[in-house]
Amino acid sequence: MTDIPFTAPSPTLPRAAVNTGAGLWVSSLTVAGRMLRKFARTPQLIAFTAIQSALFLLMFRFAFGGAIRTGGSLSYVNFLVPGFIATTVLWSGMGAATGVAEDVDHGFVDRLRSLPIPRAAVLIGRSLADTALLVWGLVIAVVFGFAVGFRLHGSVSGDLAAFGLCVVFGFAFEWIFIVIGLVSGNAQAAQQMGLVITPLVFLSSAYVPVASMPDGVRQFSQFQPVTSMVDAVRRLTTGRQGAALLPHSTGHYVGLSLVWAAAIFVVFGSLAVLRFARR
Amino acid sequence: MKRYGKTQALAGLDLVVRPARVVALLGPNGAGKTTFVRAVATLLRPDAGTLHVDGIDVLRKPARVRQVIGLAGQFAAVEEAMTGRENLEMVGRLFGLSRKAAKAAAVRVLAQMQLTADADRLVRTYSGGMRRRIDLGISLVGTPRLLLLDEPSAGLDPGSRIQLWDAIRRLVSTGTDILLTTQYLDEADRLASDIVIIDHGTVIAAGTPAELKTLAGDDMIEVHVRDADDLPAVSGVLAKLGHDPRVDVPTRRAYVAVDDGGSRLMDALRALDSHGITVEDVSMRRPTLDEVFLSLTGKPAETADSPEQPADA
Repeated sequence: MTDIPFTAPSPTLPRAAVNTGAGLWVSSLTVAGRMLRKFARTPQLIAFTAIQSALFLLMFRFAFGGAIRTGGSLSYVNFLVPGFIATTVLWSGMGAATGVAEDVDHGFVDRLRSLPIPRAAVLIGRSLADTALLVWGLVIAVVFGFAVGFRLHGSVSGDLAAFGLCVVFGFAFEWIFIVIGLVSGNAQAAQQMGLVITPLVFLSSAYVPVASMPDGVRQFSQFQPVTSMVDAVRRLTTGRQGAALLPHSTGHYVGLSLVWAAAIFVVFGSLAVLRFARR
Repeated sequence: MKRYGKTQALAGLDLVVRPARVVALLGPNGAGKTTFVRAVATLLRPDAGTLHVDGIDVLRKPARVRQVIGLAGQFAAVEEAMTGRENLEMVGRLFGLSRKAAKAAAVRVLAQMQLTADADRLVRTYSGGMRRRIDLGISLVGTPRLLLLDEPSAGLDPGSRIQLWDAIRRLVSTGTDILLTTQYLDEADRLASDIVIIDHGTVIAAGTPAELKTLAGDDMIEVHVRDADDLPAVSGVLAKLGHDPRVDVPTRRAYVAVDDGGSRLMDALRALDSHGITVEDVSMRRPTLDEVFLSLTGKPAETADSPEQPADA
């Protein structure tokens, strides 16, 4: 080891106090607060999400809807809207992927990682904020749903449970998008990678009955998480007519979607933490 | 004492730095400056070697290192949809300050960075220079013992650079140690009390700015001739004034590093006149990073974008 002699002797420096750093809770909330401010102050984001969502719903309700048979007495609008609302959480998750990628790309994540806070707070704060945004997106979707003629036929507690289930499912899926954001490197790549969810949305029971799909596709659709989620929400909100289409008990569909949510959260949450902790 | 060992990407960076006010890490693109700063900032983990900041082992106790450092990177990592004040208060909270203390720290830093007038504007309306200053300010909310600045002035216009330098100098007077990286000799020269020149992850020279400049000569005398055929004669004249003159035929220039620029310039003019050489231009200037590199390594630096390349005049 070469010692480099320096001529300037150091004067006695006033020692700055050590920065203890914020705890997990305060730092997570602080990180989340930044996200919420960013969202609230970027009106294009809010407007775009709402417009995209409305267009989607209108297309299926009025352009394709006439050609789709639900396979029971359930009207297409009452079939469609629960699926639409449940899959809203996936579309809003795409924003998380690009947001995370941008933060990594622009050095914001590095700044947070260099601060004396638990590193998990960066991810937890992000997921909390995105879940709050998700609730906002869900409210918009519900309002749109009523506007195009959807009516609830479940119990009040069932309807609320369906909403809560969407939030839980959205929180779990959020971690897939966080992982995509972390590995993609930049916002554009993240957006491209985020499109992997498209088949999950369309090859599910959200917009068309799974029974109408050809062999192979049908089996995939039947057993993938989005279908279990959509079925649970549909079962909870459409009363007897929905029950006629969905033979198992409500508990079956809700339980299955919760298991999926837990599995997704555990797998992708761990992947995100591992990827993030790497240095 | 800060002790810097070697990392894989910095295979030859063995260096011990005593607490000096400002240490500049100077080197071309790809020299390993950013890698080194990222290792000190605990953003990447060296595969081998040792690294200590303020006596703390960076590899074993990265969390403790993060309590004593501040980092401002090559990008202005600020939230554009928040005001300057909000950015500062946010990071203040993350540094562990109470709401009240974070507000007070933000006011202090805004004044320090001369951004008080623009404190409540969204950062997305700031100029590039203001962004850098708020970025620098953010790393100061927590009063770090060691401030890491990775190419703080890269991409700034000259006016903004000078403002940023002023801000950094004011910091120094408040007692913060700074480790900054730069490609620009003049930046290191103006800010640093010690300069470490690295290339390919290896220290090639270290010392005070004055010491380093004597390595390349204090000043450069550059002669631009009308006729390239005169260059050998000019080179002969310059060889008497300084050590190892160099000739660049395509641009019809010859230059040499000298110790006593003012009087050597007069000597040069007299000698050129007595040889009857027609010159376009004779100038005296500071050595460029390229020339320091050239004299230290015998090969040109690989920087393509050094602003100190001799301009065409």
